[in-house]
Formats: sequence, C-alpha cells, structure tokens
Amino acid sequence: MSGEALSDVPPPRRRRRWPLLGLLGGAIVVFWLAMAFLGGLVAPHDAGRIVDMDVFTPMTAAFPLGTDYLGRDMLSRILHGTRYTVGVALAATLLASGSGLVLGMAAATRGGWTDLVLSRCLDTLSAMPSKMFALVVVAAFGSSVPVLVLAAGIIYTPGAYRIARSLAVGIAAMDYVRVARARGEGTAYILREEILPNMTGPVLADFGLRFVFIVLLLSGLSFLGLGVQPPNADWGSLVRENIGGLAEGAPAVLMPALAIASLTIGVNLLIDNLGGFRRRGGEGA
Amino acid sequence: MADALLQVEGLHVTARNAEGETVTIVRDVGFALARGEVLALIGESGSGKTTIALSLLGYARPGCRIAGGRIQLGETEILSLSAGELRDIRGRRVAYVAQSAAAAFNPSRRIMDQVVEAAMIHGTASRAEAESEAVELFRALALPEPFRIGARYPHQVSGGQLQRLMAAMALIARPDLVILDEPTTALDVTTQIEVLRAFKNVVRQRGTTAVYVSHDLAVVAQMADRIIVLRDGQMREEGPTPQILDAPAHPYTQSLLAAAAPRPRAPGSLPEAAPPVLRVEGLTAGYGPADAGGMPLIPVLRDVGFEIRRGAALGVIGESGCGKSTLARVVAGLLPMARGSMRLGEEALPPDIARRTPDQLRRVQLVFQSADTALNPSRTVAQILGRPATFFHGARGAERDRRVAHLLELVRLPKGLADRLPGELSGGQKQRVNLARALAAEPELILCDEVTSALDTVVGAAILDLMDELRRELGLATMFISHDLHTVRAVCDEVMVLYAGQRVELGAGSAMAEAPWHPYTDLLVASVPELRPGWLEQTAAPRTPEAPASRRSACAFFPRCPVAIPGICDRDPPPLRALAKGSEILCHREEAELLQMLPSRKEALV
Repeated sequence: MSGEALSDVPPPRRRRRWPLLGLLGGAIVVFWLAMAFLGGLVAPHDAGRIVDMDVFTPMTAAFPLGTDYLGRDMLSRILHGTRYTVGVALAATLLASGSGLVLGMAAATRGGWTDLVLSRCLDTLSAMPSKMFALVVVAAFGSSVPVLVLAAGIIYTPGAYRIARSLAVGIAAMDYVRVARARGEGTAYILREEILPNMTGPVLADFGLRFVFIVLLLSGLSFLGLGVQPPNADWGSLVRENIGGLAEGAPAVLMPALAIASLTIGVNLLIDNLGGFRRRGGEGA
Repeated sequence: MADALLQVEGLHVTARNAEGETVTIVRDVGFALARGEVLALIGESGSGKTTIALSLLGYARPGCRIAGGRIQLGETEILSLSAGELRDIRGRRVAYVAQSAAAAFNPSRRIMDQVVEAAMIHGTASRAEAESEAVELFRALALPEPFRIGARYPHQVSGGQLQRLMAAMALIARPDLVILDEPTTALDVTTQIEVLRAFKNVVRQRGTTAVYVSHDLAVVAQMADRIIVLRDGQMREEGPTPQILDAPAHPYTQSLLAAAAPRPRAPGSLPEAAPPVLRVEGLTAGYGPADAGGMPLIPVLRDVGFEIRRGAALGVIGESGCGKSTLARVVAGLLPMARGSMRLGEEALPPDIARRTPDQLRRVQLVFQSADTALNPSRTVAQILGRPATFFHGARGAERDRRVAHLLELVRLPKGLADRLPGELSGGQKQRVNLARALAAEPELILCDEVTSALDTVVGAAILDLMDELRRELGLATMFISHDLHTVRAVCDEVMVLYAGQRVELGAGSAMAEAPWHPYTDLLVASVPELRPGWLEQTAAPRTPEAPASRRSACAFFPRCPVAIPGICDRDPPPLRALAKGSEILCHREEAELLQMLPSRKEALV
C-alpha cells in the first residue's frame, strides 16, 4: 500500500505575490531607517543654521518643506530628527521586546514559582500609566537619550512579556515539544529550536506594534518638552517648537506630524502583511 | 423518479485554494431521494461529501461557491432562493445534525430552549406544543428522564446523549429532509451503538427522509437504504446498500471495503522465549498532588502490569478516558508513575525522564496520534529526522544526510520530501515522518498512541502494513494504543483491555476472537459495527448507565455490567482469573458462568 505515499506528493510550490500594501509599508520603513543613519549627510543644510530671514515660510523651491519659527530649513531638521525618533524608539523597542521575550519564554518553560513571581512583578509594572511613569522617570533622572530608552523599554516590557509567555505556553503544550522532552533535550534547545521558530510571526507583529507605541510615547514626551532636549530635536519636539505656526497653516508644524504619521502607518502596513512575506520567505529557504 | 422528494442534478461546487485559483471540489453530482428513504454519502476526507450535504441547505462554506446545478426539494428550487427564503427553509424543511454536538449547543442555555428553538423561529408550533413534541422525541431517542432532561444544561449530559439531543433539535419542526453529517464519528463504539439505534428508531418511526454522511461503511450499512460512493468530488458508484456491500462494481468501492475489514496480518513466528523488552508491574499513576500513601489525587491508572517481548506488539484498547494515552506517557517518562516498577531489558527504568540515561531514552520512543501537532511546523523533514540521529548517534554532515535518506526509505517516502515543511505533506505522509522520527533513534520499543485514528481508512491501513513490516525487519517491540478493536486485533500479538485505568483483560490477540471475555471486552466486541445490514437490530442492547455511578464501586465496571453480582461486585475487588483460552481477566464470575450468561459472539470477529 505504499503507493499512497508516493502518489499524493503535493504539487510544486508556487510563488506567492508580494502584498502590495505590505511593500508600501516596507518601503516607508526602509526609507526612514535609512534616514536615521544618513539623514545628517543628505540634509541640504545644517540642522541648527538659520537660513532664511523669514519665519514659517511656505514650501518653496529653496526650502521644500518651508522654514521653522527661527527660519531654519524644515527638511533638514526633520532629517536630522529622524535619528532621535527612529533610533531611540528602535533601541527602546528592542529592549522591551527582547527582555519580554526572554522573560516570557523562561516563565512558560520553567513554570511554578518563576512564572508566578515574574508574572506578578510585571503585572505591577503594567498597572502604572505609561505617560505617568515616563514623566516621573524624566523628572527624577533628567531627560537624556539613555534615560528615555530605558524608561520606554521598561514601560513596554510587560506587554511583550504577556504576549511571549502566552504564545510559549501554548507551544510548550504541543506534541512536538513533548517528543523533544521525551528525547531528553535540554531547555535551551527546546526554547531555541522548537518554541522560538513557531512564535516569530506574532512576536514580530508585536514588535512592530510596540515600536509604534514607543514612537508615540516619545513624541508625546517631546511635545511636552520632556523628551529630546534642544539643540537636538526629534519629530515630537519639532511639532512643539513650531506650534505657533499652526494658525498660519505653516508646513513647519504639519510636516513633522506627517512624518510621525507616515512612520506609524508604514510600520503597521508592514506588520499587517508579515504573514504574506513570511510564507514566501519560508518557501524561498 | 417522479415522486422524488429531493432531486439533485449536475451539482458543481468550486473553491478558491491557497494560491487564489478556482478549483472544482464537487463535479457533476446528481441523485434523487424518495420520501422516507435514507441515502448515504460515503467517502474519505476531501471527497466532497460534507460539501454536497451542505449544499442541500443552500449553503457553501466560506471560500466555496455553488457554481452550477439544480437542487429541487419538493416544489422548491433551493439554489434559486434568496437569503431570506433560505432562512425560512433551513430548520423547517431541511435540518442538519453536525458531527460535534458539544460545539453545536450553546453551553449557557438550557437544552429545552435550544431544542424547541427551530419550531419557535419558524412558528410551526406554540411553545407548549413544541415542548410536548420534544418530550416525545426524547422518548423515541431513548433518552433518560424525557420529562426532565430538557431542564439541564449541555455539560450535564453525556456526549452520546448530546448527540441524540441534537437529532431532536433537528426533528422538532418535522422537516422533510434531515442531513446527518458524521453524527457518531466522535463517539466511542459502546456509545455509538446506542446513538445509532436511537437514530434508526426515530427515522423508521417517523418515516424521515435523510442523507447520512459518513466515512464508515459499517455504520452506513446499518442506516442507509442506498449508498453513493464519492471520491475527489465525483460519484464513483451508486446503488442499494446490499449491492454496494456484496457486489461493489467500482474498484474504489472495493478498496474501501477491503480497508474497512482489516485482515489480520500473519501473526508471525514470534519466538516464545524472546526476552521481554519492557516489564511493568503494579503501575499506578495519575494527576494532582499525591497523598500520604503516594496515591495521586486523580488516579488514572491502577495496578497495571504487562510485559512486551522483543519483536512483539501489545495492543492497548479501551474507550476514551480509560487511561490508555496516560499509559504511553508514563512509560515514556513524561508523567512519572506514583507506584509500581518498570524494567527496560535487564535494568530498572526510572519513572522520570530527568533520571533516565541517554541510552534508556533512546530505547523507548513515543509516536503521537496527530502528526499535525507532533511535527514542528517550522522545521523541514530533514531537520525533524536529523535531530534524533545527531542527538542519539552523533551523526553529522553526510552521515546525517545518509541516515535521513535511509529513514525516508524505511517508511517508503520519496527522498525529495526531505526539504519539505510538514505543512506541505499529506496526512499519511506526515504520519510516516512521525514514525520515522521515532525510528531515527533506533529504539527497542515504540509507543504508538492512536497513530491511525486521524487518518482515512485506506491511508491508515497502509500505515498499519508499514508498521507490521518494520516490526519484522527491525525486531521492534510495539505498544499499540487504539480505541478500535479491529485495528488492534489486526496488528497485535497480545491485547490488553483497560477500563477506568484497570487492566480488565490481557491475552493473546488470537484469544480475543474466542469467548468468554471479560464482560467489558464482551461489550466492546459486540459494539463494533459489522459490514452487514441488520447487524444493529440483531445485536442485544448493551446495558449502559445513563448517569455515572456516584460512588466508586470495587469493580469499576459494576454499574455497566450485565452480569454483575450486587453485594459482591460492588464491595470486593474482583480477583484475577485465568481463562482456558490463555487470557487473564479481572472478574468475580467463573469462566463457565461467563460463557453461559454472555451470548457467544465468536462470529462477530471473523
């Protein structure tokens, strides 16, 4: 009866089309990531130089995004600010998602007291309102890039932990994990080879979502004047310092807000379509 | 057929596959059904039987589309109806009984409210009329306490009762046509026989017209007047039940019939003196914290003992919840036993994985029931098979590839499958990979937990053949866990029957064909449907309690036992009794008494 095994070989694998919106999101994200590294190089002017005698100029050929309240080139300021917004948020997200993942998987596989203590501690942390927590930290330690990264990272760890733990608990109950245990595999192998590869999709989606939250948190802090401090400026502080131009409809206040919107929308488009990318990636391998 | 109640012509159903292409899943199906007739749609998974059944309700599952054809119910053309008109037809003129009653009932509403719902919605009866009709149906379906069962919630009745209640739900509005979609597939054989009997009764009493969807020919033989055999969405054969069973014309029907009655593999020349690979004595295990005496809070297995010799297969059989899967987990060390001893070859086998040596771990391998959950979906076949080769035998690089290729060859899979992910394999192929992974360790004993129950009959039979060959080639000892007596008898030298965690019978596979049996084994034997019409009527109704015994009696089977001796069986633990046929049973009754009191069913298994 071995004919059954030979005859029903599935048809040759087909390439899936790249989801269009996912590509768009990916392009936006790649663009801003590139600007985070190269922004200072491609910017037409120095970020702090006053290049125009007029303030809040509209879009012109010389200043494609207009000028700000001191007459500085808005395009250059946004490109320079990318490093802070994207860089700080990326570092904080890596911190939050990384520690959440490690702690969550540890809690799921160890169980018992480890799980109990970790879960309750992180529950306590997540009970504090995020803005409030960030404000207190900034008030206590002053505002600097490392403090912002640490604060945002700690604030968003409990959420990442919850996601990672619940995913790992579900996977740890699967038969293939039982088979590995019955074979005598160590915890490290089971975590790395059996559990982690099967949670990458949801964990990456969570990573993207968390990145967006952190961008918004940092922009909010900067808007309140507690984020990145002058003379440096991230997009949130750009919105704040040019708020006076709102009445005139100056691009100086709209453009940094648009930048924040485009980044968050781009990341969301990308992670919503990760499933499609992943399937194709898996086939290409 | 001019007086046909239901007439289906040229039915086409299409679906969209993963690549977004349209594929035809049901092609040019046509049949007619007279009033009062029961028609069976039979086929394996993917044959389109459920799709056809659902299209009779004017329904296509998400992603599917009824692309063409006519379905005429009486004067009504179902496929031309609007959504509102369909809503009016469904439940009133066509009713549907699904496979899983547990999923079809709302757990937070009383049974009666849900049973009469169809009559209320369609306004075919007042609440009082519907309720009295429901009570009539409960009685016809042999449900206990027909006047009071409606007041219960779904979780307060058993699975078999819930399945019958769902039939009551479907019949309440007196529909013209009832569709039964695998209504007994999820049930134990002992429960299935009661449900079948109840269905048959009610269908006959009311002259119901029914379409019965199933993959089980033996069940269909009891229920249907006519059978349609389907494969790949096309009708292969249509005919009256006796003709299909006795003189199947189409080769596919013949192969289905051959797979449905597995021939016993040659019992093999098993050397009696072969040393035991595994010897288990007094095994007690369960879940929850242990008390002072070491007994777990919820004991699942009590005092089970057996041995498996080299090259032998031990079948473990029992209904769901009897502890058979727990037994595999205990032997594999995943659940340390509370009491007892295990010996692997010459050495004692520690109960806990953490205390076992790598060599002991290698010698015992576990194969899980569902290959879907037993294979890591993100690793390729080569990685899945290569890991145990590396882990136990240190194979790397070319040596590892050679071993993987050899394993694929052992389980008769093409080499090209090595780069595939499990999601790209068929069910039978996955189960072969699952088996190959256990073989990669080069074990002495493999524990197979229901390895064929998730597969179609023909595919499952191929897996059984393969296991039998491997056992001979490699001298493997096998523990074969199943709920299917046919399967166990076909592949096993010895059979152990578990009931409520106790070993009620242990004997040679050939002895399972001979009376007398333990009363529970007798019930199991009698409950396996046979491939002949009329079997259901001829089989004595097994006595089964409708409510589980409130107090644990000394013999766990006492409440269901037809030959129980009140005053003895519920007080004293049953003694171990050796039978002349070479089996051991746990029973108070003498061999002669059992022979005399339980009707011989020897022919049942031949």
